[in-house]
Amino acid sequence: MFHFGGASCNNCDIEILACLTPRFDVERFGMQLVGTIRHADVLLVNGSINQKDKVRLLELYEQAPKPILVVAIGACGCTGGIFAEGNTFAGPVDKIIPVDAYIPGCPPKPEAIIAGIVKLLHK
Amino acid sequence: MSKIIPIGPYHPLQEEPELFKLYCEGEIVKDIKWETGYNHRGIEKLSESKTFDQVFFLVERVCGICSTSHPFAFANCMEEIADIEITNRTKYIRSIIGELERIHSHLLWLGLAGHFLGYNTVFMWVWKYREPVLDLFEMITGNRNSYAMFKIGGVRRDIPNDKIPAIQEVLDGLKKKLDLLTGAVMDDPVIHARTKGVGVLTREDIIDYAAVGPTARASGVDIDVRRDDPYAAYPLVNWKVITAKEGDVFAKVEVRLLEMYESVSIIEQCLEGLKNEKEGDIEVPIDEIPAGMGTGRAEAPRGEVFHFVRTDGSNFPVRHKIRAPSYVNIATFRKSCIGQTISDATISLAAVDPCYCCTERMAYAYDAVTGKKLLNGSELVKLSQDRTDEIRKKSN
Repeated sequence: MFHFGGASCNNCDIEILACLTPRFDVERFGMQLVGTIRHADVLLVNGSINQKDKVRLLELYEQAPKPILVVAIGACGCTGGIFAEGNTFAGPVDKIIPVDAYIPGCPPKPEAIIAGIVKLLHK
Repeated sequence: MSKIIPIGPYHPLQEEPELFKLYCEGEIVKDIKWETGYNHRGIEKLSESKTFDQVFFLVERVCGICSTSHPFAFANCMEEIADIEITNRTKYIRSIIGELERIHSHLLWLGLAGHFLGYNTVFMWVWKYREPVLDLFEMITGNRNSYAMFKIGGVRRDIPNDKIPAIQEVLDGLKKKLDLLTGAVMDDPVIHARTKGVGVLTREDIIDYAAVGPTARASGVDIDVRRDDPYAAYPLVNWKVITAKEGDVFAKVEVRLLEMYESVSIIEQCLEGLKNEKEGDIEVPIDEIPAGMGTGRAEAPRGEVFHFVRTDGSNFPVRHKIRAPSYVNIATFRKSCIGQTISDATISLAAVDPCYCCTERMAYAYDAVTGKKLLNGSELVKLSQDRTDEIRKKSN
């Protein structure tokens, strides 16, 4: 998994990190955060995407080894959430790159993130 | 020929994700530059299109880690404009939420600092002990983060008196874990070797750069909004401002650890205070917000949060200005990092609590001449971790 944090409020980011720590421990499903997109099978995107992020998100998606699964995490990732009316908003994630799974919530609980990604395992 | 090491741009654990460029000669950092804007969401502008009640949910999402400090400052600000005196029960509940947040934020930082030093056990353990605090939040407010507790003149949910023993129980458990962590950090010679005398900020540097929060307090600058501009229940309880003199990374760790003990003590006193107040007395009625200007301050885990609002008698703010603590603290990197080795710069940057986990994702070292990639983020963290190993071996 490679984690891309857009213009978010960090809540989803720390919940993703919490997934790695002992209480939730996603490594038991064989999932691990990796340092570069070139090693990733899953791209986690959270936060609303602003104009500055959009270019970089597209670039990352192009660099990713295909097939890659994209997961939009949190209300902002799914729809833009509370920031959708902002002047720098460049569209929710699925308007920029194809998305395979949506995990709503502000922020989604670690259980919800794990449930979403485990569903993708069976895809 | 100096090499540029870009770090970032994505700092997902920070209010303002940035791109840092370290200009290095050999292993020594000669200059540092940073660039912001990756996380710009236009919150101040958005705020003008929301009613006062909705603004609370917006400012809560300025930062997910200190998601109470912004509503806290905004509530202080609006109550100044409308000239509202809140009830004592509200004050206690607000302070309890604020201090629980400080504990969870400092624990989060301690875990990440451990990770950068190569103590992944510290990272995992601290985050494990942080979970009961989040459970408390879930019990009190209904959510692990983004608590939606504040409104003008009160709080949205009461803490019923019969829940107080359960909260106390978690605090008792937490104190034991804090003792364990403090012992582990204070007695470890390797942590001393890695953090003492590293990233030093003198008292003058802090004043020059107007740094706030634990960063300033670790350099002997005795500032704390909770004491200097009292709000909520802080004047009603006994506590002290923790300071240290050295200004290095170790002092910052020490200040944050001891602050957590103070926070626990504040919460305990607030819980005692709650028992004497009438249940359900958590809001005062508000008719209208008059035209005017107001400022509100609150001490977030990272330092002073400042809000300015101008109103014109309507339902919306006319101007809303927010100043977050990390923004000023980041400027101190010029003092703390220049002249250090790259591996020490990692922890010096992390010491201000901008949460450095970006290095796991998008950091590369480029050769300035050929543009060839030299190091990536995980290698950078590894450099720092290797150095700890080296010291560990020497000391054995």
